[in-house]
Amino acid sequence: MLDMLVYIMNDPNVRWIILGCMLLGLSSGVIGSFMVLQKKSLIGDALAHAALPGICIAFMLLGVKSTAGFLIGALIAGMLATVGIRWITEHSRIKQDAAMGIILSFFFGIGVLLLTRIQHSGNGGQSGLDKFLFGQAASMMREDLYLLTGISILLIAVCTLLFKQFKLVSFDRGFARGLGWPVVWLEQIILLLTVLVVVAGIQAVGVVLMSALLITPAVAARYWTDRLHIMVILAGIFGAVSGAAGTVWSSMVSQLPTGPVTVLAATLIFAVSALFAPRRGWVARLWQQRQNRLEWQKQGGVSHEQ
Amino acid sequence: MSSDFWIMLTAALMSACCGLLGCFLILRKMALIGDAISHAVLPGIAIAFLLSGGRDSMAMMIGATALGLIAVFLIQWLQSSGIQSDASIGIIFTALFAIGVILVSLNARNIDLDLDCVLFGEIAYVQWDTWMMSGMDMGPRSVWMLGFALLVILTLLGLFYKQFKITAFDPAMAAACGIPVMVFHYLLMGMVSMTSVASFESVGAILVVGMLVIPAATAYLLTDRLGRMLIYSVIVGIVSSIVGYYTAYVLNASIGGSIVTVAGILFIITFLLSPRHGILFRKLQHLKLNKTSLDHDMK
Repeated sequence: MLDMLVYIMNDPNVRWIILGCMLLGLSSGVIGSFMVLQKKSLIGDALAHAALPGICIAFMLLGVKSTAGFLIGALIAGMLATVGIRWITEHSRIKQDAAMGIILSFFFGIGVLLLTRIQHSGNGGQSGLDKFLFGQAASMMREDLYLLTGISILLIAVCTLLFKQFKLVSFDRGFARGLGWPVVWLEQIILLLTVLVVVAGIQAVGVVLMSALLITPAVAARYWTDRLHIMVILAGIFGAVSGAAGTVWSSMVSQLPTGPVTVLAATLIFAVSALFAPRRGWVARLWQQRQNRLEWQKQGGVSHEQ
Repeated sequence: MSSDFWIMLTAALMSACCGLLGCFLILRKMALIGDAISHAVLPGIAIAFLLSGGRDSMAMMIGATALGLIAVFLIQWLQSSGIQSDASIGIIFTALFAIGVILVSLNARNIDLDLDCVLFGEIAYVQWDTWMMSGMDMGPRSVWMLGFALLVILTLLGLFYKQFKITAFDPAMAAACGIPVMVFHYLLMGMVSMTSVASFESVGAILVVGMLVIPAATAYLLTDRLGRMLIYSVIVGIVSSIVGYYTAYVLNASIGGSIVTVAGILFIITFLLSPRHGILFRKLQHLKLNKTSLDHDMK
């Protein structure tokens, strides 16, 4: 087991991939914190599904697998999807959740249609396309790593520069608007950054599980702190740790896809946080309840259980 | 029987099941729980596969329904511990789906379960996978599974129509009337899980969501009465599955994908042109109102 680990770590290729997955986890944890606080957790899910037709159309137009082309295609599709969700909720009596379900499955349906069309047309370059569903970090190339690094730096820079703005928009949209801030633009920037991360991450963890990387580390981080900057940093760390754990684990067992293992690692971190975090965790709350009850009884109150 | 007939019968049965349940999901604002369930049944299917050692329909149904209910239970548990509802949906379904994918890929050699097939469905092969009973060929297995699911749904909805209706529109009032709201909640969720697994072979686990939400939302824009909404939703589902089947045939592409695409296009048309809730008619109404109020002011 241990020498296997050493062997894997010595493989420069694997080291690149681990680095890539860590960067992905880091950026998705950071931006996911803002999404979760804005109560838009599942937008990431819709965006990831919506990216599929964009990727397919980009492939059909270009005829080759090009990460930049996929990125642009997915970006456009993701933006269209968010516009569609807003459009449906604003112009009809359909609620947000149903609108998301409609857009998500409609876009994904088109994506599957185009994907099978490409596969049946027998174009040689399509072999990597179905990897987008579950992701295959092993197929990550040097070019993808540069892209991920670029996206992470951009994302962290924007989040640092606009931290105050993002914070207020996430917690109290109305107040931010009252101050005369361009709330809609700020929200669009957060959304755009999310689309970037989602598109970059699809290749590593796949369409279906991308939303987990946005939500799970952020919610796990929320258990440990009440301060936003600590939450964002923690979520980034949790994401990076799950990315690394997922890659290492899945490269040790054959046939194990990276995406699901990464998601399970993130879920494990979440479970530990939910159970054992100080103050907010399950154990801490049980303990607090017990203390309160004892205190109450000491003061001569009547216990509930009698 | 021709293969077209079996494929379309399967698709129609699937649309009927999904269309009926989708209406209640939309009215109870639980469309995304349907999404979560359809992903979460995957580990159930995989475990049933491993335990029964084959494609035992009954084992798969039970396994998947159990996992669907566990997912709903976990989501509710996280919600009650103070996590936002959409975040808890996201955490639970991705975790369960990840477990499912891992189970399937680790046992890919032992079990004859193709991940692509589970996710996108292979409705074109429906007629080859027949149910043999004491040597007799009883017809495609999917038709039997979906037929059974539809029968259960129709029976439960028929028996408890009033209860489901009140719980869908006003859970608080339902509770006040003495209706066990939680029981009906879990009944509905159980039926959604059962439908997800019965249709995963035809449209795949991911596109079941589309058939649950899109036809029901289309019907929601066409009528204000629950009874009619159920009927319209089933009709929209069946129309999209038939048109989708032929589209897929012409384009030489995935049938599941094209069924959902056609359903989406029907939704867009309704969204624009529905007589009561469509954008176009609402605009006309606004214009008319503006005009009459202007006329009024003139006088």
